[in-house]
Amino acid sequence: MKADPIGVATGSYYIDGDHACAEGAIAAGCRFLAGYPITPSTEVAERVAERFPKVGGMFIQMEDELASMAAVVGASWTGTKSMTVTSGPGFSLMMENLGLGAMMETPCVVVNVQRGGPSTGLPTLTGQADMMQARWGSHGDYEIIALSPNSPQECFDLTITAFNLSEQWRVPVLFMMDECVGHMTEKVVIPEPDEIEVLPRKYYQGDKESYRPFKFNGAADLAPMIKAGDGYFIHITGLTHDERGYPIINAEAQGKNVSHLVDKIRNNVEKISIFEEDCIDDADVVVVSYGISSRVALKAVEDARAKGIKVGTLRLVTVWPFPEGRIQQLAGKVKSFVVPEINMGQIVLEVERAAKGKAKAILVPHAGGWVHDPDDILAAIEEGAA
Amino acid sequence: MDIRFSGFGGQGIIKSGILVGKAASLFDNKYGTMTQSFGPEARGGACSAQIVVDDSPVLYPYIVAPEILVTMSQEAYEKFTDELIPGGILLTDTDLVKSEQFRKDVKVYSIPSTRIAEELGNRIFANVVMIGFFTAVTKVVSPEAMKKAIPGAVPSRFIDINIEAFDRGYNYGLEQLKEAKGSRKKKAAVAA
Repeated sequence: MKADPIGVATGSYYIDGDHACAEGAIAAGCRFLAGYPITPSTEVAERVAERFPKVGGMFIQMEDELASMAAVVGASWTGTKSMTVTSGPGFSLMMENLGLGAMMETPCVVVNVQRGGPSTGLPTLTGQADMMQARWGSHGDYEIIALSPNSPQECFDLTITAFNLSEQWRVPVLFMMDECVGHMTEKVVIPEPDEIEVLPRKYYQGDKESYRPFKFNGAADLAPMIKAGDGYFIHITGLTHDERGYPIINAEAQGKNVSHLVDKIRNNVEKISIFEEDCIDDADVVVVSYGISSRVALKAVEDARAKGIKVGTLRLVTVWPFPEGRIQQLAGKVKSFVVPEINMGQIVLEVERAAKGKAKAILVPHAGGWVHDPDDILAAIEEGAA
Repeated sequence: MDIRFSGFGGQGIIKSGILVGKAASLFDNKYGTMTQSFGPEARGGACSAQIVVDDSPVLYPYIVAPEILVTMSQEAYEKFTDELIPGGILLTDTDLVKSEQFRKDVKVYSIPSTRIAEELGNRIFANVVMIGFFTAVTKVVSPEAMKKAIPGAVPSRFIDINIEAFDRGYNYGLEQLKEAKGSRKKKAAVAA
């Protein structure tokens, strides 16, 4: 389906990543945002709040982030594409209801414009240290999808992708920006509505009595949804449930329910995963990166190539689910992976795990507050090639 | 090309960065990445916008070695002047930045941008006068692109006056360049 023209502000703009994310959400058909202001994400909510009245959307400034996430999950079940926007401290508060969204297989998008942490940390400065929280932040077993843009243009484009993925896989999708990308101003081109693919929600059509809100087969053909208010008597809950949505508190039901939550993503990693590769074929070293670090890394890669080092790049557009299979394949061919990230070592652990000792994984850490010095990444590439 | 615009909060420093970045990216077929400093230092004190302008996509988003520094306050001048590379260009507001001695290894151009803006009716236009001056002296962006960038960035009823402010700064810049050229020739003649 093409985007509804009412939400698409076609044209060329000079705007920051936060504003571009807001425009992407509106173009994707998002019409509900519940949030609580927090630097450096507030500009997303500001722009949405300004634009929503003109497109029939609703913005609510909630009392806190717990309520924001709850409202987003609820709103989604009314058939409204919904999102919330936050940064580290707010992201922590959203974790309980993010789990509710995962358990009730509710499409929605959570934007985290990452800043330095832990706790209130560095409100105005960048970080990428919430990447493992994105994967494991709520309790229990579930799988999640997370994307990481590296420019304002991608903040627009990939926010649309995030909404599409959330509808396709009936899962909350985390949009893991960072302060640098959020507050960076660059050219953003918003295409014509008929050039924007938007995935509409799949609704149930059939007799009301036989409707099942869930289908536990761990496959890509998920149960269609209904809209609250359309006259269906259904039950959805955070408790372990059957395909009708009713709580069943035993090990057998848990096995079916949780295996499905995990398998629907794990069995379809290749369909979900988006990554970009360059000069991989004869590479001795592959730089694995995401978000703003993937741009800064390119500077180091250029310098390394000038020195004659065979270095390729694998840039994770979706960080979760992690493309384990691809790293495994490459591990047999390359000497090492270099992983620059603005944290003390998170995604490098995944690279290391997937490489199974067949290639070294070299972390280039940064505690946050700024991006890497490209020379630090270059030094790691040289170490990896030696 | 790394550029820093600086001054104090309220002078439209960030807007200057946006205008230059917009002109370069949207109308001059270049790449312009702007970042700004946030935090308590942006209120009343020194405030700055950083722009990287390039012919190819900008990879590293922050400025490393500014080749151009625009300062519209004494505090900003003192805070940022040392980072300007040798041979770089320093642009100042004549009345707001005083120095016994500017650095000898950079080219200095000054304009009374705030005074000119006041002549136009409001000192709020000082940043646009400065952008006109910047455009003439540095040639980083074309005057055509800059003028296209102004509508949309200011309220529509103020477009004309902003264009006028731009032209005043631009023409002042062209004259300064002529004078600088003349004085260099003169110096060369004296040396000979």
